[in-house]
Amino acid sequence: MDKGSYKGIWVYIEQEQGIVQHVGLELLHAARELAQVTGEKLTALIIADDASPLVEQVECYGADEILAVDCPACDHYSTDAYTELMYSLLCEYKPSTVLIGATENGRDFAPRVACRLKTGLTADCTALGIDEENGDVAWTRPAFGGNLMATILCSNTRPQIGTVRPGVFRAQRGVKAGDVQRLVRSVEQEKLRTQLRELVYREDSPFNIGEADIIVSGGRGMKGPENFALLQRLADQLGGVVGASRAAVDSGWIDSSHQVGQTGSTVHPKLYIACGISGAIQHLAGMSGSDQIVAINVDPDAPIFKAAHYGIVGDLFEVVPALMEELKAASADL
Amino acid sequence: MKILVCIKQVPDTTEIKIDPVTNTLIRTGVPSIMNPFDAYAVEQALRLKEESGGHVTVVTMGPPQAQEILTDALARGADKAYLVTDRKFGGSDTLATSYILSKVVEKLGGFDAILCGKQAIDGDTGQVGPEMAEHLGIAQVTYASQIHEKDGAFEAVRECKAYQEIISVPAPAVFTVVKGEVPPRFETIRGRLWANRCEIGVLDCEVLPVEEGHIGLTGSPTKVRRTFTPERHADCVWIQGEDAKEQAKGLCGALARANVI
Repeated sequence: MDKGSYKGIWVYIEQEQGIVQHVGLELLHAARELAQVTGEKLTALIIADDASPLVEQVECYGADEILAVDCPACDHYSTDAYTELMYSLLCEYKPSTVLIGATENGRDFAPRVACRLKTGLTADCTALGIDEENGDVAWTRPAFGGNLMATILCSNTRPQIGTVRPGVFRAQRGVKAGDVQRLVRSVEQEKLRTQLRELVYREDSPFNIGEADIIVSGGRGMKGPENFALLQRLADQLGGVVGASRAAVDSGWIDSSHQVGQTGSTVHPKLYIACGISGAIQHLAGMSGSDQIVAINVDPDAPIFKAAHYGIVGDLFEVVPALMEELKAASADL
Repeated sequence: MKILVCIKQVPDTTEIKIDPVTNTLIRTGVPSIMNPFDAYAVEQALRLKEESGGHVTVVTMGPPQAQEILTDALARGADKAYLVTDRKFGGSDTLATSYILSKVVEKLGGFDAILCGKQAIDGDTGQVGPEMAEHLGIAQVTYASQIHEKDGAFEAVRECKAYQEIISVPAPAVFTVVKGEVPPRFETIRGRLWANRCEIGVLDCEVLPVEEGHIGLTGSPTKVRRTFTPERHADCVWIQGEDAKEQAKGLCGALARANVI
């Protein structure tokens, strides 16, 4: 394979009902850092039935160029339509690198596209770099439940493709994209094998823990579902949201959309308060990137303290109410 | 209906510890289990069979001891099991693994539904199912929580973060399965006794029509450059205090100084 004929970094911008999914903007920032090293052009790829309302949501997030593709078969996501379209675009434009958000849909079609191209795909990356020796993208990802990190290279085939976890990188506004290229494509009807019978949006779908600035999280130490109301009150007071460890979710105390960790969401809020969470590696894998981490736990040897900036050894059922009182008093002083 | 379930033996990642001296994974003493998502896939397959009739085959690729989980699946109600094993398969990444499994599917032949767990808890890629579907050129539904046969096709519920889809898909198709509402069944004593007597078929390079360039390290476009244990900073500032009130006050002060609140 002539690697030299593949040029440019592409970020796939996932959209849902004409709204850009945040992970795409996060990846533009991550890709910008790669592009600075390789000197390649950074392209944001938008695929939708009508891409025009999406262009302005993306144009100020650091891409050099936007490729906006209108495709009537792409109003709602389907494996076959997106695989067909992505495959044909990659064959035509030959970018060297493609970043895709590791959402359910990203992880659905990325492997099909990579397999059709017979190229390498690295799943669920949490760090990206450029390998100093050969200039390949160095894809770093957790394995073994977050116990081990592995850096993967795809050296002999192009494009090199990776899916990247939402919530790992921060979206950052940048210069306006200089060039917007519009395309109209279609996918032949007989290529679409599945049929969407019903689409039911979840009631709590606006809740996205990955974008919260403040998260108050509870674990096994919460002792029961009723006590999450306490965390909710603290979260409300701070303008944040409630998170949970896998232990709390598996116990059925709170919905899995709140789960932080290797099997839940990766988060990097400005403030993460872990209440009654022991700090299993799989939890740490999802939150150790937070700016400030506070841990409240009765056990001074709990591993969560190894990841925390501030530690309180104490009973959360005493500390959390006291904290709410203090915060109230502090805001009254202002 | 012929159903195939692809399962994997994995270390129980919740039991893995890091050696504090060498900073490497301690794997000895870590139990090997059937990947939990694959156990749900086996359960889905058995329910499909109970609903619509048919035959459930399980297959795993791995070293010879991986056949333990095949026997587990047989004890729960699967009808036939195959172990895909060959030294030449070692080092295969997801593309090479899915290629080998696609050859297994073609060799055994005639499946209407091929089920996998949504991902394995050791590698956590979730790529082998969709890549196998692509090698085979058939449709897929990932993150399926329910699968039913309907008028010769399948109807599956696909779980995404923001929504649920009900998708109809023609046979044959690949499904990757999430933890559904029905937990995997336990084996019965009768099932275990039967499973212990079952012969497990072995599929290797001799019987599978695989091309050597597409398997193992040679057939794998991705290579592991290095592995390391994640760094954790250990500079925790302990907020002291006589009681919770004092601790809370101390924390508020610290967070205010750090400009967080």
